[in-house]
Amino acid sequence: MKLKSETINSPTINDFMRYIEPHGHMVSRVTDDYLDMVTAGCQAVCEPAFWAGFDRSSVHGFYDYFCQLTEHEPKRAAKFGLSHFTWLCINPKESEDVKLAQEVLAIIPKFLDRPNVLGIGEIGLNKNSRNEMKVLEMHVDLAARENQLILVHTPHLEDKLKGTRLIIDVLKSDRRIKPERCIIDHVEEHTIEMVLEAGFWAGMTLYPESKCTSARAIDMVEMYGSERLWMNSACNWGVSVPLAVPRTALEMRRRGHGAEAIDKLIYQNPARFMSQCPRFKLPKL
Amino acid sequence: MTRQQVIDLYFMEARAKLIDIGAFIDRVERASGEEDFRMKAFRSALTELSKGGSHKAKGVLMAFSDPTTEPIPAATTKAAAGAWPA
Repeated sequence: MKLKSETINSPTINDFMRYIEPHGHMVSRVTDDYLDMVTAGCQAVCEPAFWAGFDRSSVHGFYDYFCQLTEHEPKRAAKFGLSHFTWLCINPKESEDVKLAQEVLAIIPKFLDRPNVLGIGEIGLNKNSRNEMKVLEMHVDLAARENQLILVHTPHLEDKLKGTRLIIDVLKSDRRIKPERCIIDHVEEHTIEMVLEAGFWAGMTLYPESKCTSARAIDMVEMYGSERLWMNSACNWGVSVPLAVPRTALEMRRRGHGAEAIDKLIYQNPARFMSQCPRFKLPKL
Repeated sequence: MTRQQVIDLYFMEARAKLIDIGAFIDRVERASGEEDFRMKAFRSALTELSKGGSHKAKGVLMAFSDPTTEPIPAATTKAAAGAWPA
């Protein structure tokens, strides 16, 4: 059957979804995940430094990990046409050992001028201990001295409320830190308001069992607006879904959100925040 | 969205979750032994659902949260339990 040309519309934003995965631990994922993400419209993936699932035994393990994040993983992503960026730190789950943390912080500056490094992250708290607080303050000081963006992890489950309050106190008490250059991630209904009211960006993490579902994330967008919000899958070696962001975008469509509003939340917003780092460049579409 | 549209979109999913919660509590109560702090928090969180106001999800999360403000002396585990052992 011959199609009449007038029946085929030119592609518009309504026909094409693009997004940025602003928080994905891709070293833990398989190549099929990269392929699926690119197929779904992913334009860039950003990988904060994370806990390996076990404690690294020395600073040398972190050196190798930072090389993986800044050398190997960008090449793996590039094979699928995907830009890869990263954030560096010692994760809060390994922050109880302050001496190790000091050693790791000492090597981070050597990596900060690498072309895919966006800043310091994901720093923060895990169990809200005194040593975790010390290491958080050390990271914040490093970010301030090096003029780096900051990506913050907030604690899990029962520890999130208290940890978020403590983190905001630490960030607000350092006059060198500009809230608009910090994103506080993994917010939920009981923490989002305090994060946004303090002037920070907020990240919503879409997990099947913990953190927040697609429906709840969209609820928060509807209640608090999307001015300083992004969504991420935080896919890692645990229960997580690399396509959580585009799937949530589809649910936004079902709830009547327009293409421009969706594009703002899943593409323009992360691009706007991360473009504060001059190394963040997106491919031209 | 209208209230009717929201119900149309999410009712079946919420219904299934509610039945699962009932079945979970039945399962716990059929089993032997004492309940721990997590079930105490769970039962407290359930009461949030019958309160008025428009922040029920926040109320549930608060019922599970550590309300203290000072850092703990040291982290003895990496994992969270899901509820604060008051």
